[in-house]
Amino acid sequence: MSAERGLGFARSWRRLPPGARVAAGVIALFVLGAVFAPWLTRYRPWEQLGIVTLQSLPPSWAHPFGTDRYSRDVLTRILYGARVSLAIATLAVFVSSTVGTLYGAVAGYAGGAVDAVMMRIIDAFLSIPRVLLLIAVLALWSPLPLAALVLLIGLTGWFDVARLVRGQAMALRQREFVVAARSLGARPAAIVWRHIIPNVLSPVVVAGALAVGNVIILEAGLSFLGIGVHEPIASWGTMFQDAAEQFVSTWWAVIFPGVAIVATVLAFNTLGDALRDVLDPRQLPGRPALDPQERAHG
Amino acid sequence: MAEPLLAIENLRTYFYTTAGVARAVDGLSLTVAPGETVGVVGESGCGKSVTALSILRLVAPPGRIETGSRIVFEGRDLLGLDERGMRAIRGNRIAMVFQEPMTALNPVFTVGDQVAEVARIHAGASRAAAWKRAVEMLDRVGIPAPDERAREYPHQLSGGMRQRVMIAMALVMQPALLIADEPTTALDVTIQAQILELLTELQNQFGMSVLLITHDLGVVAETASRVVVMYGGEAVEEAPVVDLFAHAHHPYTRGLLAAMPRLGTSRGRLQTIPGTVPAPTDWPAGCRFRDRCASAWERCEREHPDLSAVGERQFSRCHLAAEPARRAAGSTPAAREVPA
Amino acid sequence: MTAPAESAAAALLEVRDLTKYFPRRGRTFGRAPDPVRAVDGVSFHVMPGETLGLVGESGCGKTTTGRTILRLIEPTSGSVRFDGRDVLALRGGDLRRLRRRMQIVFQDPFSSLNPRMTVGAIVREGLTIHRVAEGAEADRRVRQLLEEVGLRAEYATRYPHEFSGGQRQRVGIARALSVEPSFIVCDEPVSALDVSVQAQVINLLSDLQRDRGLAYLFIAHDLAVVEHIADRVAVMYLGHIVESAAAQDLYREPLMPYTQALLSAVPVPDPAASRERIILQGDVPSPAHPPTGCVFHPRCQHPAKDAACARLVPPLEEKAPGHFVACIKQTPTAVSWEQQQEAGGTRPPERFLPLAALHTTPPRTAAP
Repeated sequence: MSAERGLGFARSWRRLPPGARVAAGVIALFVLGAVFAPWLTRYRPWEQLGIVTLQSLPPSWAHPFGTDRYSRDVLTRILYGARVSLAIATLAVFVSSTVGTLYGAVAGYAGGAVDAVMMRIIDAFLSIPRVLLLIAVLALWSPLPLAALVLLIGLTGWFDVARLVRGQAMALRQREFVVAARSLGARPAAIVWRHIIPNVLSPVVVAGALAVGNVIILEAGLSFLGIGVHEPIASWGTMFQDAAEQFVSTWWAVIFPGVAIVATVLAFNTLGDALRDVLDPRQLPGRPALDPQERAHG
Repeated sequence: MAEPLLAIENLRTYFYTTAGVARAVDGLSLTVAPGETVGVVGESGCGKSVTALSILRLVAPPGRIETGSRIVFEGRDLLGLDERGMRAIRGNRIAMVFQEPMTALNPVFTVGDQVAEVARIHAGASRAAAWKRAVEMLDRVGIPAPDERAREYPHQLSGGMRQRVMIAMALVMQPALLIADEPTTALDVTIQAQILELLTELQNQFGMSVLLITHDLGVVAETASRVVVMYGGEAVEEAPVVDLFAHAHHPYTRGLLAAMPRLGTSRGRLQTIPGTVPAPTDWPAGCRFRDRCASAWERCEREHPDLSAVGERQFSRCHLAAEPARRAAGSTPAAREVPA
Repeated sequence: MTAPAESAAAALLEVRDLTKYFPRRGRTFGRAPDPVRAVDGVSFHVMPGETLGLVGESGCGKTTTGRTILRLIEPTSGSVRFDGRDVLALRGGDLRRLRRRMQIVFQDPFSSLNPRMTVGAIVREGLTIHRVAEGAEADRRVRQLLEEVGLRAEYATRYPHEFSGGQRQRVGIARALSVEPSFIVCDEPVSALDVSVQAQVINLLSDLQRDRGLAYLFIAHDLAVVEHIADRVAVMYLGHIVESAAAQDLYREPLMPYTQALLSAVPVPDPAASRERIILQGDVPSPAHPPTGCVFHPRCQHPAKDAACARLVPPLEEKAPGHFVACIKQTPTAVSWEQQQEAGGTRPPERFLPLAALHTTPPRTAAP
């Protein structure tokens, strides 16, 4: 026996290029900042510290990122905003990944007419532009509770995942271990759950990492338009909305949230790309380097 | 004795992986005389394929041929050549045939183009002349209607045909040495017989040497004149083919011979070699086969055996050469039992 | 063991005229191209506790046959009876229950195990599906099974990629045994393994057969392996069974020209042996366009081969006790000379047995 124990996660970590490790570090930084926000700053994100004297202050020792026009500390709002933006993005992506994976796995494994119908349904949904749909719904029913926002974003973003998983499921259907499960008498639902889904997770994880970046931008955009996260909850997008008009005079209130968004999205994209290289070829059923004799004989 | 065509001396090819250094080939020496067929036999992980790639310097990083290795071909050390020099050798003086013709042939070019390309590269032939030569070679390897077949794509041909195309590509420039890496493993047994017969015929016609790499002792018995058995990245036994099969010395060779089910023998339990091949990152100290050998004793753990002569031209890497009395009683017999 | 098919009343598995055609896509408005006739009218039976070897080269239909019997592929026509029950008529729960009795071991140890499941979970799956055992009892059985196939019980927590090919194959065997079958289709179980490991697995399969009274359909292309483990052997070519006999009879005296060529093509590890080989010309025809009459006739080297071979489909006839051959030119045959002449035959049947091509010269007596 030569390979490592377990599913090789440790080995995958070692194989990440340095850029991806930096990216993972950046994300970890933001997550930690979000979680430990109450200890990292003594202000509250909504706290107006002195509307007359302390508004729109440039960065200083007391306020490293300055204050905005409502005299709220920008750094505090970025840290608490991270909670909102990251939570919305990860939860929404979780929803879309879950729905998409289940849908795609069922369609791909079932094949035939069932698959055809299920894919056409997706095609129908895909003909509606996501952003327009979101804007329409959110504008009509604003303000929405955060949970509803998460669900809405999640439920409009699962189609690509479903297509991806469906393709993988169709290929997996032919693998011998799936045939083996059928020969044991497993029911189709059990096969999809135990055999298909665990083996399609790698590309889903990769797609998910990239999607988190997209959703952060999406949420920022919606909040900027005023229909996403609403006041007084701080998210990076609402921070834009507040400060956009006075960009020239109070640039810190816009730049810092902007940098946060760019940094986070870049980090997720880099990590996602690197994961794609590291996860897929290694974890495919079958060994990476085959000895000539151990390939199937004629 | 005439100069050998190919002389490998102390070849060491190591792979520097995150899991450690894999010593795929660890001190192999062998020679091939002009016109001779040498069979290299071993199971997976023994380093035979890496040996073939090393000769042509096709080993990709993280693999590296270590200093101290020498591969002398037609009087020149191949390891001293630069890339241009090697390119002049590959396909021209030394050619290689691989196991999987489907993956070794380019699917978007016709087979005729691929054979002709060899002539264009090495002989500088014009398109027309190269094509003509390609069709000639396809005919020579026994492909019916060669001018039509030359215009077809690899996927349109059967496995046996594709392997013939590979052989044609290899022989266009009439190389002095043909390296065949498991050329028939992926083929049906009746096609295998055709291809082996073709190889023998062509070898006689062209007067070339063949280095045949395989795990199939039957194939070796039929085509090779000398055999090298590899285990653990090194040669553990070397002998003329008749001697090897008649009185193999090394316990691994004997184990292989005993483990093969053979046509025309009575049923019964097959002799097995217990255990599994160790990983190339972790060759055991001393003799690499000792954990699986019925005759091993403490010397085998202490001291790595060298190749010593055990017959007229037979060599074995085993301490039993010095202390034959230690061979375990009842262990695998040297010669095959009388068929029932 | 040598009872003719018609009176195999006690047979565990009985297959009659099994066919499987794979349709091919055609142009929308054109005629659909001919289907691939993977299995074209195959009949055989397997007695309890015996091993029937099924040999042939790639494309002959042996793997399809194995999977069709288990209904992993649905047959086009024919009948399969297991223990007297009609397998092809079963649905749902009945079919699932039958799956316990008939299992399969696959060729490729690298793709036949789910890489995301531990070895223990893989072996336990059958127990869970059929509610044979749960919890601690299931764990105990899994450990027992792993030991029975020669693996250590503590390997249950490891993943397939941590094992070698031979060990993975043992896991596959343990999986098949978990539901306590009486019949196992072994689909090229050792073809992807090294020689020394092959021997281990073959011995294991023999031991299991003896200890558990299993019957095997042993599918392989390696004739030496099959001779070693099978009681009877059937040879397939282009979807047909062309010869079937007790193993020793087949190997000692193959009567079908294809079998003769097949046996003579196997390389023999004995350089001192000299024999003239029968080298078949040409490639195996495509199963979508099988030759007319006898499917082997274009490559056949029987001296009496003639035009009748292209017209008449040879029936599987018993030419020696328990030895069935599909060849109208190999005597004895019930296809009369008159019939053959009517079909254009010009050469009468004769007995063709090129033994010189099959056997090695007698072993030398000289001591090493």
